[in-house]
Amino acid sequence: MIAETGLAALWLAAALAALQLIAAWAGVAKGDELILRLVRPVAVAQGLLTGLAFAMLMLCFLRSDMSVALVMQNSHSMKPWLYKFAGTWGNHEGSMLLWVMVMGFAGTAVALFERALSRATHMATLGAQALISLGFYVFLLFASNPFARLDPPAVDGQGLNPLLQDPGLAFHPPTLYLGYVGLSVAFSFAVGALVTKSVDSTFARAMRPWVLAAWVLLTLGITAGSYWAYYELGWGGWWFWDPVENASLMPWLAATALLHSVSVLATRDGLRAWTVMLAVVAFSMSMVGTFLVRSGILTSVHAFAVDPKRGTFILVLLALYIGGALLLFGLRVGAVREGSRFDMVSREAMLVVNNLLLSVILGLVLIGTLYPLLTEAMGTKVSVGPPYFNSVAGPIALALMVVLAAGPMTRWRRDDLKAVARRIALPFAAATLVLAIMLFFAAGRIGVLPLLGLVAAALVAVGSVAPLWGRNLRRTPLFTYGMVLAHLGCAVSLAGMASESAFSTEKLVAARPGEAIQTAGWTLHFDSVTPIAGPNWTAMEGQFAVSRGGGSASLLHPQNRFFAEPPTNTTESALLTRWNGQLYLVLGDPLDDGRWQLRIWWKPFVTLIWFGGGLIAAGGALAMVGRVGRGWLRRRRDKLVYA
Amino acid sequence: MASALKSKHQRLILILAAIAALIGAVLLAMSALKDQAAYFYTPSDARAKGVEPGRAIRLGGMVVKGSLKRAADGISIRFDVSDGKAALPVTYTGVTPDLFREGSGVVADGQFQPDGTFRATEILAKHDERYMPRELDGMKYDEKTHKIETSSK
Repeated sequence: MIAETGLAALWLAAALAALQLIAAWAGVAKGDELILRLVRPVAVAQGLLTGLAFAMLMLCFLRSDMSVALVMQNSHSMKPWLYKFAGTWGNHEGSMLLWVMVMGFAGTAVALFERALSRATHMATLGAQALISLGFYVFLLFASNPFARLDPPAVDGQGLNPLLQDPGLAFHPPTLYLGYVGLSVAFSFAVGALVTKSVDSTFARAMRPWVLAAWVLLTLGITAGSYWAYYELGWGGWWFWDPVENASLMPWLAATALLHSVSVLATRDGLRAWTVMLAVVAFSMSMVGTFLVRSGILTSVHAFAVDPKRGTFILVLLALYIGGALLLFGLRVGAVREGSRFDMVSREAMLVVNNLLLSVILGLVLIGTLYPLLTEAMGTKVSVGPPYFNSVAGPIALALMVVLAAGPMTRWRRDDLKAVARRIALPFAAATLVLAIMLFFAAGRIGVLPLLGLVAAALVAVGSVAPLWGRNLRRTPLFTYGMVLAHLGCAVSLAGMASESAFSTEKLVAARPGEAIQTAGWTLHFDSVTPIAGPNWTAMEGQFAVSRGGGSASLLHPQNRFFAEPPTNTTESALLTRWNGQLYLVLGDPLDDGRWQLRIWWKPFVTLIWFGGGLIAAGGALAMVGRVGRGWLRRRRDKLVYA
Repeated sequence: MASALKSKHQRLILILAAIAALIGAVLLAMSALKDQAAYFYTPSDARAKGVEPGRAIRLGGMVVKGSLKRAADGISIRFDVSDGKAALPVTYTGVTPDLFREGSGVVADGQFQPDGTFRATEILAKHDERYMPRELDGMKYDEKTHKIETSSK
C-alpha cells in the first residue's frame, strides 16, 4: 500500500501542476482574479503531495520492502539504517523524485512567502514553475517510476554501491539538488517577468533572495562533494575536473554571475536583459548538469546509477525549456527598456567585468566538458583533463580575483580611477609582500599558478575586508557583512588550493608491520594489521602511531574494506587534521611477502579549501537574511504609512 | 572613454563586449584543446598510428590475465593491456584503484617510453561494478576462453 500511496500522490501532484499552469495562464491572460485565486493553494498542495510521495519511497527503503523493484536493486536488509534512509536518493529514480520534491517545495515557498513581486508576475512565475515541474512528472511517471512493484518479491536486495555508503551521501546530493532546483525559481521568475514585461529593479529585489538561497546551497553542495570525494576516493585529490564535477561547477559559475548582475539591477536598475538571460543560462546549466550526470554520456569517476536512454528524455526536456525560454527572450527583449547608464569606472562596470570573466570561465569549462562528445561524433576519442582546465580557467580566475579585490571599493555609478587606485593600494601591498616572501623562500620549488594563487589570495583577503574600513561597524548592514565574508572565503579557499598544489608531499612505500616510515617531518609507526567486521562489510585495518618532532603520538586506522553485497573493495583513508594541514594515509593491497602498500600525503593547509567554501556559503546566507529582513521592514513601513 | 560610454550606445557596447568575450573564450578553448586534449588509444590503435614517445595520451584495454607482475619495491607494477588485437606492456608506480585486477578493463593516462612500454602516471578507476569506461565500449573478456574480443563498430 505504501508504494501505491506514493504513486497516487505523484499522479495527483502532476495533475495539480497541470491545473496550476492552466489557471496561471488563463488568469494572467484574462486578468481574471477569480481564476488566479486558485494558483497559490494549488501550488502549496502540489508541494505537499510531492513530499508525501518522497516520504512513501523513503518508508519503503527504511522497511526494506523487497517487493519494490527500486529497493531490491539498490538496498539490502543488512544495511545500516542511515544508508537505507540516504539510499532513497542514491539511485536514478529516487534522485529524480528528490528533484521533483525539491521543485514542489520551491513552488510552495514561492507561493507562500513571495511578497515583493507584482501580482501578475507572481502568478506568471508560478505558472512557469508548474510547467517545468510537469515535464519532470512526466519523466518520473512514464520513464522512471520509483514505485514499480516486483512480482514475486525478492528475498533480499542487491545492496548499495559501497562507495556511497558514507555519511556524505546524506548531505551532499540533497544540498546540491536544492541548489540546482533553486535555480529553477530564478528561471521561473525570469520567464514570469518576460511574460508580464516587468523586468525592473522591483523584480530584481524580489528575485535576489531566491538566487542567494540557491547559490548558498550549491556552494555547500559542491564543497561537501569535494571533501567527500577527497577522503572517499583515496586519491588525495579534491577536484579532478571530472565531467560530473564540472556539471555542478557550471551552474555555480552562472549563479555567481547572476547573483552579481541581479544586484546591479536591484540597486541601479541596469543590466536588465543580461540578468534575465543569466537566469535562463543558470537553470540551463543545472539541466545540462543533470543530463550529463544521469545519462553517463561522459566517462566519470563519480558515475553512479547511469542510464543513457533516460538521458535522452532529459535532453528533450532541456531543449524544450531552454529553447522556449530563449524564444520568449527573443520576442520580448525588445520590450525590455534599457536600464540606467553608468561610467567606465564604477561599481557597475566592475560587476560587468566580473560577469564577463565568469561567463568566459563557464564557456571554457562547458567547451572542455563537451569537446569529447563532439570529437567522438566525428570518430576520434579524446579526453580532456586537468592540464586543459587548469591552464585556461586558472589565469582567468586569477584575473577575476583582482576584480574581486577592487570591485567592492569602487562607488556605484561613477568613480575616479585615482581614488580607486588609492583605496586598493593596501591590498596590493599585501599581495606584493606575499610575492616577495614566496620568491625568496620558495622560488623554483613552486609552480607559477600556485604562486600567483597565493599572491591573489593575499590580495583578496585584504581587499575583501577593506570595505569595512572607516565604516561605523554597528550601522553597516548585514548584507555588506555577507559580501565581506563571502569574498574572504574566496581568499581562504584559494590559499588552500594553492598551498595544497604547491607544498604537498607524497610518499609511496611497501612496509611490514613493525617498521617506521618517515615523511615530511612525520614519523609513522606501522604497528599491525588486524581483521575487523562492520555491519555489512569486513576489513583489514592498519594501526599506525603517528607523531611529529617527538610530540605525542596519534593513532590512525586506515582500512581496506570488502563488501559482500555487491562484492566490492574500497579503501577507507585515515586523516589526521592539524591546524596547518592534513596527513592522509591509505592502506593499499597486501603483497605476498607480508608487506602492505602505503600511500602517505602531507597536505599543508588543505582544509582551508573547504573552510573557505563554508565561509562563502555563510556569507551568502548572511546577505540573504539581511536582504529579506530589509524587504520585510520596508513593506511594514509602507503599510504603516498607508494605513 | 567615459564619454563614449555615456553616449546612447552603452547597451550596444555591452553586447559587443559580451560577444567579444565569448568569441575569445571559444578561440582560447580551441587552441588549448589542440595541445592539451589527451587522445584515447587502444593498443592496436597505438601500434597502427605510431604514437611518438613522450606525448600525453590515454590508453585503454583489458588487463591480460597472468601478465601482472610486481617489482621488488612493492609498489611498482607491470602488466599488459590488450584489446584482443594487440597487447602493450604498461608500467605504473602507486596504489592501484579498488577495482583494478587482471581481466578487467583499465584506462590509463601516461606516455610511451622510447623502449615502447607505456608509463602510466594515473590509472582511472571504475567505482561501480556495473560501470564500464565508455571508451571500452564493445570490449569483452571471455572467462572461458580467456580471449579478449572487440566488437567492430
